[in-house]
Amino acid sequence: MSFPWVKHYTPAHPFMKWMDDRLPIPRLVYNAVGGGYEVPRNLNYFWNFGFLAGLCLVLQIVTGIVMAMHYAANTAVAFDTIEMTVRDVNWGWLMRYAHANGASAFFVVIYIHIFRGFYYGSYKAPREMVWLLGVVIFLLMMATAFMGYVLPWGQMSFWGAKVITGLFGAIPFVGEPLQQWLLGGFAPDNAALNRFFSLHYLLPFVILGVVILHIWALHIPGSSNPTGVEVKSSSDTVPFYPFYVAKDGWAIGVFAILFAIAVFYFPNALGHPDNYIPANPMSTPAHIVPEWYFWPFYAILRAFTQDFFFIPAKLMGVLAMFGAILVWFFLPWLDKSPVRSGGYRPLYRKFFFFGLIPAMAVLFYCGGAPAAEPYVMFSQLAALYYFAHFLIIIPVVSAIEKPLPLPFSITEAVLGKDDEAQLSVPAAPASAV
Amino acid sequence: MARILSILVGLFFTVALAWSFGKGAYTQITEPPAATAEHEFHLHPKELHLASDGPFGKFDKQQLQRGFQVYKEVCSACHSLSHVAFRDLEQLGYSEGQVKTIAAGFQVPGVDPTTGEANTRPGTATDYFPKPFANDIAARAANNNAIPPDLSLMAKARHDGAAYVYSLLTGFQAQPAELLKEFPDSKTPAGLHYNPYFANLNLAMAPPLTGDGQVEYGPGNPKPTVEQMSKDVSAFLVWTAEPKLEKRNQTGFAVVLFLIFATVLGYMSYRNIWAGKKH
Repeated sequence: MSFPWVKHYTPAHPFMKWMDDRLPIPRLVYNAVGGGYEVPRNLNYFWNFGFLAGLCLVLQIVTGIVMAMHYAANTAVAFDTIEMTVRDVNWGWLMRYAHANGASAFFVVIYIHIFRGFYYGSYKAPREMVWLLGVVIFLLMMATAFMGYVLPWGQMSFWGAKVITGLFGAIPFVGEPLQQWLLGGFAPDNAALNRFFSLHYLLPFVILGVVILHIWALHIPGSSNPTGVEVKSSSDTVPFYPFYVAKDGWAIGVFAILFAIAVFYFPNALGHPDNYIPANPMSTPAHIVPEWYFWPFYAILRAFTQDFFFIPAKLMGVLAMFGAILVWFFLPWLDKSPVRSGGYRPLYRKFFFFGLIPAMAVLFYCGGAPAAEPYVMFSQLAALYYFAHFLIIIPVVSAIEKPLPLPFSITEAVLGKDDEAQLSVPAAPASAV
Repeated sequence: MARILSILVGLFFTVALAWSFGKGAYTQITEPPAATAEHEFHLHPKELHLASDGPFGKFDKQQLQRGFQVYKEVCSACHSLSHVAFRDLEQLGYSEGQVKTIAAGFQVPGVDPTTGEANTRPGTATDYFPKPFANDIAARAANNNAIPPDLSLMAKARHDGAAYVYSLLTGFQAQPAELLKEFPDSKTPAGLHYNPYFANLNLAMAPPLTGDGQVEYGPGNPKPTVEQMSKDVSAFLVWTAEPKLEKRNQTGFAVVLFLIFATVLGYMSYRNIWAGKKH
């Protein structure tokens, strides 16, 4: 955001001046993640997860490109090429484990990032576009991760692909032809593996593009903050460099330590043993489960066990599974409360901590459990709450809730007083980053 | 308007879920699911401690060599080890010459250089362990319609991999009388073998290690009891599944140590930069 007090880029070296006149990339960087981006001073550690998510994307692209150098998308050899990479390629085991666990790390970070948004109302005006692009990124991530998990062509790869592509078969009338067209056959086979590899290589770069839009859209109004009060004066903000570069820097360290412990000491903890068995279309695993990051939505899919009027249970499950994420697109218009932060919304906060979080925890657990009682019943109750939370509770709460008094400004929230508040209204949004 | 629409959509999903829940709960009460023999008699793997466990784990090469001997003399009759090459055996402490001798002891598929016909030849260090059966049909025919799985990744392809292998090898027993009393229909079918560590309790594999001394260990090694041989071959399969385990542990130690150092520096510079800036 171009607040009036924002520092402007001044090239120090003649070469930078020359460059700035022709292709102002240094200026772009300065305004995006340098001294030219003013950020609220009161961000807590939940605001580090955006930067970490970007880091995860880069990590996945780098390790993924190396993996692709040794991988062959052919059902006859795909499994063996991965094993060959791990056993015979220099540091291949590290690339493989970093890539597989990198996907999990990416989702851990992104789930925290999303739930930060839920709690602090980050989706509200004027940041709706940031939120919408974020949901698009999440959907692209899920598609990328799903196709990536198919590539090793292990038992869970194959059967996961079979179950998930089978969902399209639930769509009335066009379902079956659509499923066959997507797979290039009647079941996942070489055609499917090849296109999944192609798309798995493509989508991360699409994600990268949407991430750039996400950051661009964020930098128009500027970052939100834990109070939800908009920036009023220069004492409310600090420049991104050096303040948040330093803060993100040490957060990256903590993240990297945890990630390294996972990669070096528990590399298979989040994977499924069955994926070390080569795919066998003739032998169905006892429990087909997707990767952990899909569990909440898998639990929702399996929660619909009864036909509902004329809608078959399977179609209801598919509608609900996709609906559970699509509902996030409407959140900025479902939550009409003028107060952003959950910290000043006593009723909303109760539903967040004692409703949404436990419901998500139950869905996570039940999605990874066998499709048997009591897990199905638990996931039905949790899914029921999930839909009620977003579609009924949030609209009603935002209408009836009496929010707590907000601080006058970020500075007041931090220092207890704000003598220097200039009350200057921020200038109109600038068009550049 | 948006609110009403949203509440209606919300009711659609919640009522459908309540309906599913109600029907499911009713079925649970009226027709509780019958107990199964698998559910009641399946056992979790026994505890197994190996030198390769934990963040500082290292392979016990002596044990891996014994495990390899068990694989070679017993398991390899039916189970392939297709991701392992003879050259890899040098990691167990065998010399180049010993590896060549071991490889030459196996017949691998080859081509007759004069006629071009398929034949077999003695293995070389660069060959992979040969498969014991020509194809799946041959494997099924020889093994009561079950295909003996490849063992290269067995220690990672089952929950508690090494402990599972060890438990399975030492877990063969007569079917308990209580089981037959409770589930008279669950008698182990002819040709299968009862083993409580196997998911469905009945296994096509006959007990492979049947008596102490079945494999003769060289001098300086422990007595080759069934227990000891099972442990040794489990340790060997940990190595075949994860040959880079030692390197992974050692690299991880250096990486984590460096990262802790770098993070402390990062934290100090963060404190330094934010000093005097309340936030």
